[in-house]
Amino acid sequence: TTMFSTARKPALQLCAKRYSRLCTVSLQNFATKKSTPPRLAKYPGATNAPFTPELSFEDGSKHVFPIYHITDADGNILNQADYDLVMDNLTNDKIKDIYKQMVQLETMDFTLYNAQRQGRLSFYMTNFGEEATHFGIAAALDASDEVFAQYREAGVLLYRGFSIQDCLAQCLGTDKDPSKGRQMPIHYGSKKLHFQTISSPLATQIPHAAGAGYALKLAKKDNVAVAFFGDGSASEGDFHAALNIAATRECQTLFFCRNNGYAISTPVKDQYRGDGIASRGPGYGIPTIRVDGNDFFAVYLAVMRGRQMCLDKKTPVLFEFMSYRVGHHSTSDDSSRYREQEEIDFWQREHSPISRLRKYLLNLGLTTEEEEAQLRETIKKQVLDELLEAERSPKCPKDELVMDVYDNVPKHLQEQKAFTDKIADKYPEAYEDAH
Amino acid sequence: MFRPQALRKSVQFGCQSVVLRSLPLRANASTFTRQAGLSRVDHTSGSIELDQHKIDFSKFKNYKPGEYIYKNSEINMDNFQNVEKMNLCTAVNSAMHNAMEEDETAMVFGEDVAFGGVFRCTVGLREKFGEERCFNTPLCEQGIAGFGIGVASMGHTAIAEFQFADYIFPAFDQIVNEAAKYRYRSGGLYDVGSLTMRSPCSAVGHGGHYHSQSVESYFAHTPGLRVVIPRNPVQAKGLLIACIKDKNPCLFFEPKILYRSSVQQVPVDSFELPLGKAEVIKEGTDITLIGWGTQMYVLERVSKMCDEIGISCELIDLRTIMPWDRETVLESVKKTGRCVVTHEAPLSGGFGAEIASIIQERAFLHLEAPVARVCGLDTPFPLVHEKYYLPDALKVFESVKYTINY
Repeated sequence: TTMFSTARKPALQLCAKRYSRLCTVSLQNFATKKSTPPRLAKYPGATNAPFTPELSFEDGSKHVFPIYHITDADGNILNQADYDLVMDNLTNDKIKDIYKQMVQLETMDFTLYNAQRQGRLSFYMTNFGEEATHFGIAAALDASDEVFAQYREAGVLLYRGFSIQDCLAQCLGTDKDPSKGRQMPIHYGSKKLHFQTISSPLATQIPHAAGAGYALKLAKKDNVAVAFFGDGSASEGDFHAALNIAATRECQTLFFCRNNGYAISTPVKDQYRGDGIASRGPGYGIPTIRVDGNDFFAVYLAVMRGRQMCLDKKTPVLFEFMSYRVGHHSTSDDSSRYREQEEIDFWQREHSPISRLRKYLLNLGLTTEEEEAQLRETIKKQVLDELLEAERSPKCPKDELVMDVYDNVPKHLQEQKAFTDKIADKYPEAYEDAH
Repeated sequence: MFRPQALRKSVQFGCQSVVLRSLPLRANASTFTRQAGLSRVDHTSGSIELDQHKIDFSKFKNYKPGEYIYKNSEINMDNFQNVEKMNLCTAVNSAMHNAMEEDETAMVFGEDVAFGGVFRCTVGLREKFGEERCFNTPLCEQGIAGFGIGVASMGHTAIAEFQFADYIFPAFDQIVNEAAKYRYRSGGLYDVGSLTMRSPCSAVGHGGHYHSQSVESYFAHTPGLRVVIPRNPVQAKGLLIACIKDKNPCLFFEPKILYRSSVQQVPVDSFELPLGKAEVIKEGTDITLIGWGTQMYVLERVSKMCDEIGISCELIDLRTIMPWDRETVLESVKKTGRCVVTHEAPLSGGFGAEIASIIQERAFLHLEAPVARVCGLDTPFPLVHEKYYLPDALKVFESVKYTINY
């Protein structure tokens, strides 16, 4: 194949003539002898790159990642072959079950968001609009694949068996919270469910997943480590660090970007100027796909295939799930200050992942509006009952204050704890509301 | 006691700011100081001396430390069949060979470690354990730390190298927000106790700003981390193996000037030295001198200089910066009543401040003089003026005399 089109040839020759006779000769030779393979430069930094006499900058616009989907916004199947591949692994009963869990997450979010507004929780973050990504991914992963989440991935935990009580124990820091009330609400973790405890600093978990994926490879495990992160987090240095090291070490790691259009108030046009996050994957030498994050079926099949490729070829894989953050960033955010209500309504009413799956189930006669309304009512009542119970539960004991800093409690920490206890015992009235 | 303002003079000496007083010796000052002819501080024509008494420094210019530096109280060399002469670099290398032999999940990684490392600390690991267990990473410190945390979170042993401690700051977030808090924030569900981060540190004679720094106090302020600095090859090997096996994320700083210059017999087989434990490397009665790493060589020289004028120094190698051994330090200071703490890092916010404050809090009634700190200046680490910058033997010696004579 030629290095450049014939249409460009006269301009190139003109350009070459103007500057170098020698160059003109080589150009003509190169342009006419089409069968001669391009000479590789042999520079160690890019051994596959041929020389070109064409002065040309790349702006990335030649290739825009398409958004892979299987169903449309009305739940109709657009790609029957791929839909069949999904159904080789899932049944409609299972899908209905997953749909119920999506509704459960949405209802729990709605209820706890309002509970925070009443001052019953200190903080909360909803998952509105991104439920299909959570459940599509979770269903396609093995239950023992190690998850490194950002914070908006509660659906993955629910799918693996985390209960509403577990969520509430963490959000309220009760004595049933395995993380002992030390972190802000929604910073979940479960060793049993292979879900590494969430931390607030953004993107730090991405290189962790690279390292974990490497450990899994060396242990010859048929498991992957997965990192979740948003479009905003992908601007952090840790994103770059993680993808580059995962590529060079050929880690068993999947990178899941939830591109929901916003990082708090910052729209993606202030976040990046390339073709989203997906366009960066090939730059690191990582197989990459962009998926409709509101399409459960597309998410499921892409992750299933990508996971297999990761294990077979020992390569990390990057996924960009396109979606829309329907809710506020958090309970500390009022998103009406930086975006239009019509925009939210568009994604919430007709184009949400839950409405799409509902339409699919309705089309097949697998659910009814009444059944679903009943489900929402039941879950809401369950969440409120369990919230009341969690509120009545004792907080995690204050002896935990100095535990787990190190594997043992060093002497200086024992002293600091003893001093704190002494003051608290002397002035109990001052510490009544210490929890 | 009333002390007229006119008799006070606030002066700068080296990097320390002290109030000098032209007053008679206090009744409880040790008699040997008077015998040695030490006088109160004088101040003439803008130049400040802590003491009029000068020693003949030429006697100590070529002093080769070793007597105390290489003394080892914790291991009996007779118990080891194979002992070899190693420098600090080969001792570190030997420790990693032992660790990787004993633990098949252990891996070593960082910039340029595959060919043996720019300081030759990782020589032979790749050949012996394979490219999957000893490998180069991309040039990205936050990636090295983050990757190591991920490896350790799966229970595997991660030994990460930062090429110079000066370049650890890009990984600061991963180390202080992630590694240090991993166990605490998860309630003990997850931890990265099997992570060890090694890095060459401190002055090397010509390292300038970014090949000389001592960064330990940045990390000492972060609960959850262990920070360890050895002074000789046996210490380096024993403490590094202890760090690798410890159930907490450890930062192990290796004074790079000692890589080749510090040489001694080291057991070839694996052994551990205790973490969180200071070592009294020379007992003394008049003053406690506390340091770590390269500064122990300065302190041994100071101790010899002090011997000349009849001051008996107790030398303590802190070894573990955090959590540090308060008991050993306090026991010594309660005995001697005087203390000088010294480190290469800048004075303000340096770990010497932590030690000095704990001493005044816990040994107040035993102190005969303020705890002095002799440290690097509060400047970036300079190139051509390195000699003036460093808390050398003379700065410490003069400070010892001042403290004794207080």
